[in-house]
Amino acid sequence: MTLRRSMLFLPGANAAMLSTAFVYKPDSIMFDLEDAVSLREKDAARLLVFHALQNPMYRGIETVVRINPLSTPFGLKDLEAAVRAGVDVVRLPKTDSAADVHQLEAEVERIERAAGREVGSTRLMAAIESASGVINAVSIATSSPRLIGIALAGFDYVMDMQTERGDGTELFYARCAVLHAARAAGIDAFDVVYPDVNDEAGFLKEVELIRRLGFNGKSLINPRQIELLHQAYAPSKEDVDYARRVIAAAEAAERDGLGVIALNGKMIDAPIVNHARRTLQRADATGIRQ
Amino acid sequence: MKIIKQAIAGTLESSDLQVKVSPSPDDTLEIILSSEVIKQFGQQIRRVVDETLSKLQLTAGIIIIEDKGALDCAIRARLQTAVLRGAQCEELNWEQLS
Repeated sequence: MTLRRSMLFLPGANAAMLSTAFVYKPDSIMFDLEDAVSLREKDAARLLVFHALQNPMYRGIETVVRINPLSTPFGLKDLEAAVRAGVDVVRLPKTDSAADVHQLEAEVERIERAAGREVGSTRLMAAIESASGVINAVSIATSSPRLIGIALAGFDYVMDMQTERGDGTELFYARCAVLHAARAAGIDAFDVVYPDVNDEAGFLKEVELIRRLGFNGKSLINPRQIELLHQAYAPSKEDVDYARRVIAAAEAAERDGLGVIALNGKMIDAPIVNHARRTLQRADATGIRQ
Repeated sequence: MKIIKQAIAGTLESSDLQVKVSPSPDDTLEIILSSEVIKQFGQQIRRVVDETLSKLQLTAGIIIIEDKGALDCAIRARLQTAVLRGAQCEELNWEQLS
């Protein structure tokens, strides 16, 4: 089971953060070459990320690079650096249509061939940041076999919608649209960053909402949020105990040749058994909530 | 490749380094290295610096490096950034940078 609960953003130009972030053990580390890097440091950040990606300290953590849009003077150079350094996933910002992914895909393949890397080894993630992107979410999510997921990016989206971040109402349609597109395409879905790192209660409330909606995880801007998020995504002891009882009941019914499974007088059907299996797999992967 | 103008890259924060480059008046290559960890890692830092500049085929310039305990990957990146800026080199040759 590939866990993608936490994707920690790191400013690509910050050598100290790039040298230490692996100790926080997020599921993915996202080196940002876009918004977190000033225009005059784009060249420095690109080279810093290029070399950091090749350092053994990041082995065992999925690496992601957010490049600048290919329409800027920086995008293609960022992509060269990321692909040649062997990044796991390239994150494309401001994805409005499937054509954006196709353009990226073609460039990635060209670089893989030029660099002697296995064609198809670089995976992609599309960040949806506009009303157009949300409307085109299904065609974006199904646009490439390289896509591992799509992410909603909150700040640009709410600006495009002429609103602002609030209690989550402003993101409700976009979250559901992105999530449904991802599930229909069989890929992962990632939620927006929670900007107030000092508001732990607000963060946990948002995490509970997106976990229940079905998101795989969330983009994070501070390492302090990682453990909180991982705990919230871990099954509780009660969930695991119930799942074990469901599996035991299903196995007993199969052994006895019974078509109908009952547990404590309630009928258990196939989706509940499948959910129980997923709960136990997740508990194996994440541990049980403390 | 030669340094043709002054340039700077990096910071003096811990785990980083600052590299200043300037043209050499006598067309030679001069490297001045200082580091907080020179006693423990001086040889290793020097090796990374020499290897990085050699790959870039830098033949002339004054390179002043102030290291604050940076990892090898940061040393390579900051040196390359400063040299490419100082040489006004826009095109990236990825073989030289690897």
